[in-house]
Amino acid sequence: MIVVLVETENDSVAEVSLETLTFARGLGDAGGGIPVDAVVCGALPDSVVSELASAGVRTVYHAGGPDFEAYGGGAWASAVQDAREQAGAVVVTAAGTNRGNEVLAHLAARWDVPMAANVLSFAGLSPFTVTRQVMGGAALEEMTLSKRPAVFSVAGHAVQASPAGAQGDASVVELSPSLSERDRVARVASASGADTGDADGLKDAKVVVGAGRGAGGPGGFSGVDDLASALGGKVGVSRVVTSLGWRPHHEQVGQTGTRISPDVYVACGISGAIQHWAGCASSKVIIAVNTDPEAPMVTKADYAVIGDMHEVIPALMESLR
Amino acid sequence: MTDVLVCLKRVPDSSSEVVLTPDAQAVDGRFSGWTVSPHENCAVELAIRIAQDTGGSATVLTLGPEDAVDQLRGALALGCTGAVHIVAESAAYGPADVAREIAAVVASHEDEGRSYDLVLLGNDASDSGDFQVGVRLSYLLERPVVGGVNLVTVEGSEVTAVGEGADGRETYQVPLPAVVAVMEGGVDPRYPTVSGRMKAKKIEIETRSPVAEPSGAVRQRLTLPPPAPSSVQVLGEGVEAVPALREVLVNLGVVK
Repeated sequence: MIVVLVETENDSVAEVSLETLTFARGLGDAGGGIPVDAVVCGALPDSVVSELASAGVRTVYHAGGPDFEAYGGGAWASAVQDAREQAGAVVVTAAGTNRGNEVLAHLAARWDVPMAANVLSFAGLSPFTVTRQVMGGAALEEMTLSKRPAVFSVAGHAVQASPAGAQGDASVVELSPSLSERDRVARVASASGADTGDADGLKDAKVVVGAGRGAGGPGGFSGVDDLASALGGKVGVSRVVTSLGWRPHHEQVGQTGTRISPDVYVACGISGAIQHWAGCASSKVIIAVNTDPEAPMVTKADYAVIGDMHEVIPALMESLR
Repeated sequence: MTDVLVCLKRVPDSSSEVVLTPDAQAVDGRFSGWTVSPHENCAVELAIRIAQDTGGSATVLTLGPEDAVDQLRGALALGCTGAVHIVAESAAYGPADVAREIAAVVASHEDEGRSYDLVLLGNDASDSGDFQVGVRLSYLLERPVVGGVNLVTVEGSEVTAVGEGADGRETYQVPLPAVVAVMEGGVDPRYPTVSGRMKAKKIEIETRSPVAEPSGAVRQRLTLPPPAPSSVQVLGEGVEAVPALREVLVNLGVVK
């Protein structure tokens, strides 16, 4: 059995969790038909159960009640631990989000097994060998997870989410994991969407207009803001921009910022350093505007304009009016 | 008065080309130079602020080879008041090994009457990206742990940690002693002053040997992803390229 920790968003299964379920099904198929179960903490609307059934899940283990209304890494880990014991799972996985990685780290510590974060693929089952991202994706690491259960998270966009071939119903099994006092106190005490800036909007944006050092200063973003607005997108910036204090951190795209996967990413005045590329490599189409034709952002882009963003963007805006 | 231990790791500077060691077991920092992860720079900043705000102390710790002392001196120059160097070849140490060595320092200092109320770490190192040391340490120390936060303050016997999570701006309030894993974004790390650099040179760094042989990571090898063949279509130069650019945007469906 493979157990997948599933995260939800707005009464739906999060896209990254659907990707993880797809990855897990592929692993199960390679193992000769190992079934995939899911664990959900907190609210479990019927819509999520239906989605999970479509994703090939037959048993949804659910931890609800006061201890799971708010996120807590230790509490969620206890739920997965219970599910793993009931299912007899040999593999435990989750999406490579902060939550997914944190919960799996709890489990790896409790079980004294290795954990592989942000896995892209598996190379073999015996021994169970996975390939994962390190250095923000600039290098790959092959790891062998010989201890059981094998614990790993799946990197975002490692696979494209797809429904299972056969449709069916999923049954729900309620969990009642016992929690330590440490698990109970280390949980979200309050949450507010009011001060998050635009981080979530950037992550999910279909169009992102990015700017880097080429903006020249905090006053150099008016065209970028205008273009993002005209294209119905969001602004994303490179790390140097936030380090210089030109724009807030929640706009930072990169290894230690937001990872984006828009349909179109227009990168203006961004050289394309490794850290930035780690955050934008999943963009479907990249258009670079840069004075340097040899900049990595240009050579890796699908389309490029060689020129100064301060000239190109206003001219483009004029043509869009 | 809050005594903080902040842990950092010497990592290869990833802003330039990544080169692997001949045995493909590590990134060769001889070519890239060495630095500290952005997350850990913020953890150091938070440690210094908490120590200053509460009249406590900020001690920096690293596990690494001899020349990782440079990263410790850097943190001391910023305002950390003590430093511990576990001298070891960090490439041989997996997340569980590192957590064990940090826990041993905490226990040893506690035996000497120097206990830490709060241990801060980076959420994940920019080279290995393991996401585990803080959580594993919390189990060894039997302390609560929160991660993925970028603002950390202490009032009395409670630490408040705030981060951007799946449910918006999320706040944790956890009793001390605790372990917190920090992400970049909440604070701007300060730059060292000249007097800070001078002061840092005079601070004695406690050097230690590891308490146990590393069990190591389960790494087989590192590889570099094959360079994607460039298929860039250059639309032109400067404003003359704008019509072609507009046409591309129309074809992509983002401009009507």
